[in-house]
Amino acid sequence: MSAFEFLMQGLGTAADPMMLLYALIGVTLGTAVGVLPGIGPALTVALLLPVTYRLDPAGSLIMFAGIYYGGMYGGSTTSILLNTPGESASIITALEGNKMARKGRGGPALATAAIGSFIAGLIATLLLAFLAPSIVKLALVFGPREYFALMVLAFVTVSAAFGDSALRGLTSLFLGLALACVGIDQLTGQARLSFGVPELLDGIEVTTMAVAMFAVGEALFIAGQRVQVEDEVTAVKGSIWMNRRDWARSWKPWLRGTFIGFPIGAMPAGGAEIGTFLSYATEKKLTKHPEEFGNGAIEGVAGPEAANNASAAGTLVPLLTLGLPTSATAAIMLAGFQQFGLQPGPLLFATNPTLVWGLIASLLIANAMLLVLNLPLIGLWVKLLTVPKPWLYAGILLFATLGTIGANPSAFELGMLLAFGVLGYVMRLFGYPIAPIVVGLILGPMAEQQLRRALSISQGDWTTLVQSPIAAVLLGIAALALIVPLILRARGKGEVLSQLAGEED
Amino acid sequence: MKQFVLASLFAAATALPAMADYTIIAPANPGGGWDQTARTMQTVLQEEGISKSVQVQNVPGAGGTIGLAQFASQNKGNPSALIVGGYVMVGAILTNNSPVSLKDVTPIARLTGEYEAIVVPAASPIQDIAGLIEALKADPGAVSWAGGSAGGTDHIAVGLIAKAAGVDPTKINYIAYSGGGEALAAILGNQVTAGISSLGEFEAQIQAGTLRLLAVTAPERLEGVDAPTLQEAGLDVVLENWRMVAAAPGLSDEQKAQVTADIEKMAKSENWQKQLSDKGWMDTYLAGPDFEAQLEQDVTSTEAILKDIGLVK
Repeated sequence: MSAFEFLMQGLGTAADPMMLLYALIGVTLGTAVGVLPGIGPALTVALLLPVTYRLDPAGSLIMFAGIYYGGMYGGSTTSILLNTPGESASIITALEGNKMARKGRGGPALATAAIGSFIAGLIATLLLAFLAPSIVKLALVFGPREYFALMVLAFVTVSAAFGDSALRGLTSLFLGLALACVGIDQLTGQARLSFGVPELLDGIEVTTMAVAMFAVGEALFIAGQRVQVEDEVTAVKGSIWMNRRDWARSWKPWLRGTFIGFPIGAMPAGGAEIGTFLSYATEKKLTKHPEEFGNGAIEGVAGPEAANNASAAGTLVPLLTLGLPTSATAAIMLAGFQQFGLQPGPLLFATNPTLVWGLIASLLIANAMLLVLNLPLIGLWVKLLTVPKPWLYAGILLFATLGTIGANPSAFELGMLLAFGVLGYVMRLFGYPIAPIVVGLILGPMAEQQLRRALSISQGDWTTLVQSPIAAVLLGIAALALIVPLILRARGKGEVLSQLAGEED
Repeated sequence: MKQFVLASLFAAATALPAMADYTIIAPANPGGGWDQTARTMQTVLQEEGISKSVQVQNVPGAGGTIGLAQFASQNKGNPSALIVGGYVMVGAILTNNSPVSLKDVTPIARLTGEYEAIVVPAASPIQDIAGLIEALKADPGAVSWAGGSAGGTDHIAVGLIAKAAGVDPTKINYIAYSGGGEALAAILGNQVTAGISSLGEFEAQIQAGTLRLLAVTAPERLEGVDAPTLQEAGLDVVLENWRMVAAAPGLSDEQKAQVTADIEKMAKSENWQKQLSDKGWMDTYLAGPDFEAQLEQDVTSTEAILKDIGLVK
C-alpha cells in the first residue's frame, strides 16, 4: 500500500464515532490544561495513562494526540488575553497578542492564533506523514556545533528584535543569561550559584519566571500606578473576527511560521520555543508595518503561533522514526506506545503502519476539531476583558500562584514567583524590556552546553565551530545580522533603524 | 465508554480528600523511568486489591534528591508513604552533597533493573569492544562517549570501564546529555565515538542495524541479546541500573513488615509480571537484608568511582 492509501485507511479508522468522541475528549482536556498555567499536557497524559490502559491502543493514542495539540492551542489564549503564558512556547505570543487585546482587537488576535495553528498543524502533520524519514536524517546532521550556531543566530536576531534601546535590551538579556547559570551544570554535575538551596539545583523554572515577569510584574505595575487611569475597556473594537486586512497580513506569517517551526521541532534538541523566537524576529524584519510591532502587530501573533503548532508536529518526527522523545509529552506518549507493546523506532512505520497512520490521521482530525471548538469560543473569551481591572488582575494573580504551586509544590518556588514578579515590576518601571530576560533563561543553558559539548568532542579545538558547512553558514548569517545594521547606522541611516525598532514591552 | 472515562476521572477527583492507602512519590518529571515505575505500581496495587487507593505525586529535581529530601522530612513514621528511586540517586546524593541520603529512608525492595549497553554507530570503524578499548588506551581524550547526565549511571559505567582497562578515569571524554534519548541522536548522527545507556534505549536501533552493540554490563549473557558481557572482554565491570521502592523513616518493625509484605504481594502477582514484560523491564525483585547489603555495597563502590572520575572530592 502506498503512503496515501495508508493515510486514507487511517482517516477511516479515526472517523469512527467512538474515536471522534475520544478525540473530542482529548482536545477539550488539552485546551483546558493549555489555558491553566502549571498543568501541562505532559502531566495530563501521565494522569490518563492508567485510565487508557483499559481502552484500545488506537482510542487512547487519538486522545493523547488531541491533548497534545489542544495544549498548544490553549496556551495562546491566556497569553493573549491575560498576558500570562500557559507554557513556554506561547511566551512570544503574549508580546503582540496582549497589546492587541488591550486595544479591543482580542478577537482577531485569538482568531489568527487559532487559524494559524490549524494551518500550521495541517501542513506540519502532512509533512510528518510523508517526509518524516528524510527529515529525521537531516535533523541528525545537527550536532553540538550546529546547534550552537543556531543558538547564536537566535540570540543575535532575537536581541536585535527587542526594544528601542539596545543597551536596555542587552541588560535584560544578560540578566537572563546570568540567571540561566543557576543550578547543576549538566556537563560536570557541579552545582552553580545554588547557595545550598536544593530547589535551585535544577535551575530556575522557565514558566515560573515567565509567569512572574509577565503576569505578576504587570499586576504590580497596574496596582502601583498612583493615579487611577480611567479604564479604557475596549473589549471589542470593530469586528471580533478578522477583517480582510487581517487575513492579508496573516497568511504569509502562518506559512513562514510553519516552515520555521516544523524543522526546529523535528530536531532532537530543538524545542518549540526557538521556533517562536525566530518566527517573531523574521516577521518583525519583514513586516510592512514596523511601527505596529510592540503595539499589537497581528503578524507577531500569527507567525509564532503557527511556529509552535508546527513544532508540536515536528516533535513527533524523532518520536516515530527514532523512538526518541524530545518533549515531556512525547516521552509519555512513548510510554503509551510501550504500554501496548509497541516500540517506536526505525521499524515502526514498517511493522505497525496501521497504528502510525491512524495516529497521523487522528492528529489531522484533532486539528480540525480544535478549530471548530475554538472559533466559537472566541466571543466568550473576549468577554473576559470586560471584567473590571482590579478583579481581572486579582484573578490573574490567583491563577499565576495556583499554576506555580500546581507545577511545583514548594514554598520556595512561590517565593521565587513573587521575587521575580517584583523584578518584573522594577524593570517595567524603568523601561527595561521583559522578553529578553526570559529568552536568555531559555537559550542560555542550551547554547552553553552545546558549545562545551562541541569543544569537548573536538578536544578543545575552536576551529571545529566553523568546520561544518551548516554551522559556518548559520554563523555567517548571524554575523551579517549583527554587522549590517551597524554599517547602516554608520552611514547615517540610524534614524530609519530606530523607527524600525518599535516600542516593546 | 464516555461515561466510564468521566466516571473514572470523577472517581479520581473525589478520592483526593479521602485517606489514601498509599501515596507514592515519583521524584522525577512525568514520563521518566521512576514516574512510570510509580504509576505501574499504582495500577497493580489497586487492581490486585492490595490497596484501595494509591496516589502518585511527582516531585522532580536534581537526580531525585529533592523528592527524597522532601519525602524524608515530611513523612517520619508515616506507613502509607512510599518513594520510588534507584541507582541514579546513589550518585546524585554524592555529587549534589545532598543533606538527605538513602540512610534517611527505609529501603523496602529492589523492583526492576536494566543493564547498560555500549554501542557505536553502524558506520563506525570500531567493530567490537576490544577495538574500542584499544582506541581508549591509545588516546582516552579521542574517544568521546555520549550518555545521560554527569555523575549518572552511564557516566559511572564509563569511569569503571576506563579503570578496569587501566586508563586514568579522569582522562575520559564523557559528553553528558539530558538523557539517553538526546544522547541517541548524537550517536546516530556520528557526532561521538561511542554511546552508553540502558539497553532499552538502544534496542530498536540495534534491531534496525543503525547501531552496533559492542557489550553489555550484565554478569552473564542476556537472553536474546547478541553481545558479550564486559567480563568476557576481560573488563571486570558489572553494573545494573536498578529501581527500588522505599518507605518513610522511623517506621516500627511491624509497619515495615506490612509494607514489605504488600510490595512482595505486588511483585509476585501475574499482573506485575505482565506489566514488566510489556514494558521490557527485568524482574530483579530483591528485599530484606540481601537488598540492604547490595545497597551498601553499591554506595561504597559508587563513591569510590566518583572520586576517581573527579566528580566527588
